[in-house]
Amino acid sequence: MRFAPSDEQRELEAVVRQVLTDRCPPGTVRAGAGSAQVAALAESLAGLGVAGLLVAESDGGLGLDENHLVSVFEQIGYAAAPLPLTATLAVAPAVLSSGAPDLLVKLVEGGLTVGADPAVTGHVAFGSGVDLVLRGGFGGTGPIEILDVSDAAASTSPSVDVALDLTGYADARLVATVDDPQVVRLAWERGVLATSAELIGLSRRMLELTVEHVRAREQFGAPIGSFQAVKHHLATALLHLEFAAPVVAAAGFELAAGVPGRLRSLATAKALTSEAAHVVGRAALQCHGAIGYTTEYDLHLFLKRSWALESSWGSAAWHRAVLLEDLGVGLTGVRPAS
Amino acid sequence: MDLTWAAQDEQFRAEARDWLAANVPRQPLPSGDTAAGFAAHLEWERALHADRWSVVSWPEEYGGRAASIWQWLIFEEEYYRAGAPQRVTQNGIFLLAPTIFEFGTKQQQDELLPRMAAAQDLWAQGWSEPGAGSDLAGISSRAVRDEQAGGWRLSGQKTWSTRGAFCTHLFGLFRTDPQAQRHRGLTYFLVPLDAPGVTVRGFDRLDGDEGFADVFFEDAFVPDSAVLGGVDQGWSVAMSTTGSERGLTLRSPGRFLKAAAALVALAGERGEAATDLLRDRVARSWMQAHAYQQFTLAQVTDIVEGRPAGARSSLNKVFWSELDIALHETALELLGPDALVDGPWTRGYQFSLSGPIYAGTNEIQRNIIAERLLGLARR
Repeated sequence: MRFAPSDEQRELEAVVRQVLTDRCPPGTVRAGAGSAQVAALAESLAGLGVAGLLVAESDGGLGLDENHLVSVFEQIGYAAAPLPLTATLAVAPAVLSSGAPDLLVKLVEGGLTVGADPAVTGHVAFGSGVDLVLRGGFGGTGPIEILDVSDAAASTSPSVDVALDLTGYADARLVATVDDPQVVRLAWERGVLATSAELIGLSRRMLELTVEHVRAREQFGAPIGSFQAVKHHLATALLHLEFAAPVVAAAGFELAAGVPGRLRSLATAKALTSEAAHVVGRAALQCHGAIGYTTEYDLHLFLKRSWALESSWGSAAWHRAVLLEDLGVGLTGVRPAS
Repeated sequence: MDLTWAAQDEQFRAEARDWLAANVPRQPLPSGDTAAGFAAHLEWERALHADRWSVVSWPEEYGGRAASIWQWLIFEEEYYRAGAPQRVTQNGIFLLAPTIFEFGTKQQQDELLPRMAAAQDLWAQGWSEPGAGSDLAGISSRAVRDEQAGGWRLSGQKTWSTRGAFCTHLFGLFRTDPQAQRHRGLTYFLVPLDAPGVTVRGFDRLDGDEGFADVFFEDAFVPDSAVLGGVDQGWSVAMSTTGSERGLTLRSPGRFLKAAAALVALAGERGEAATDLLRDRVARSWMQAHAYQQFTLAQVTDIVEGRPAGARSSLNKVFWSELDIALHETALELLGPDALVDGPWTRGYQFSLSGPIYAGTNEIQRNIIAERLLGLARR
């Protein structure tokens, strides 16, 4: 028993953090889809070989596991990186390996950008410019279609998160359909895990920004962080964050080790991280005051990303319903749709 | 990350589980916070001690099994899982003992620890005073040096001492240097409650049990050997105890995992009366109990690897105390009109309400979290 990241995890985390610090400042998040900054970020990440994180070494990947996925996605969340990394890094390897193995090499080389639409909403996050879309598999069941969208007609929809680049595609070409239940299940689990870890990173960033602000900002002749009301908001935010993060780490371990009861940990991870990000975001906005309620200031980039992720890959309420079913006291009515 | 248990830990778990299955009283004991219940609990705790399960993490010479902190966690989990009785000796074993291990002389350790493990000496906590609750440095009880007798004369009043009326000893802070600043000039004393000049008066708590006591000191004499950790050094010694109190030694995850499992079972038993809204709250509580377990495992890894919890024990305290209330509130709503009847959930609810008050109120804990973990300025 050792509940802490391995040295290998820490090293990978440090490398990814460095690239994101250099290549993904808030200006890059603002610049958004199609910008030179985001292209440079994508290129730097590809240079690390992170697309092959979960791909076996025999297939040219790094051959790492979900423990590393957690470390990497916490950093991705911290930077609010505006790229479809959940789909490309976490979901695509298993799906392509099963349905389009010839594309795996290209993925590993960083030459393939993949988007996902698990709930079949018609919207792909960070979707403009993706090569493939993985459609379906919500909840770990049903088929996942691998769609080639490189020649399809794209249209974007406005999103709650201005950087989300929500894209729809018409006339995509079906490459393959993956309906191996184990693969679909694994793809879903990894998507949920990555999103949970991302929410931890986002929460950490929002809390840090806020602590920095309340230490510097003075009102009534004192830093506002010295007022008990402000302290209690932020202490509560930290509590939510600190008790959600280990659950994500444990779920990552359970996925990597193939622990049979991992469904409960995974559902708990997503529900608690969604809630944590929500609570931290509310506290962050409140403690920033009016400056936080502007788009000039950076907070909104992280706040809106966390809103988007809260309702992606199963909301908190959806995952609680999943847990209840597993505990044998399912809901009497209908489970929330997503 | 490696969340698999070592073979010897699994073996320890199996041994503990077997012993508990064979020995836990079939019928729940009466509340240990009543005189009659306390006696019944002592009988149980002496049985635990007889087979060396009362202080598993202590050295064997003091009645323990030299179990690792991991094995202690496993034992706690099995203890609650088996439905074993609440420990009425916990203030001594979980709060005072770690402090004696850290600050006590060899003689104090040799004399006090075996008797504590055997439930012969029963320790009450003497922190609070009528004028000092969470502001522990505000105490006014004092100890005056009696050179002639070679010891100290204690006077003042301690109050809200849990199970104080049934205990044999008390640990607490007394002011030894009235001229010094608030946090200085305090000394940690270990006091037999049968010493001349000590009067104990029990009184009832919110839940009706007579589990509290006032302890009055009128020039009560204690020898020099009653000082733990040095004269005027009481504050830092006491902070070691409060860390234990807030952190995982008092509230190991086993207790909440057990309560969450019971809540799930209750939701199942209530059928349609358990609305989806209530079921959702059951899921929340279950998830938080699970989170508390994972947080604890991470915290224990830190401690094992030499990164002490420090102010992070304030995170534990706020989390488990609020979780405990949420678990019980959900249970009471599931029970509906049946919650009028005095039962385990009702009683548990009333007890849970003390969580955010004792061991430093949650308001104080949030200040500590903000100041010491987030680095915000004190006022």
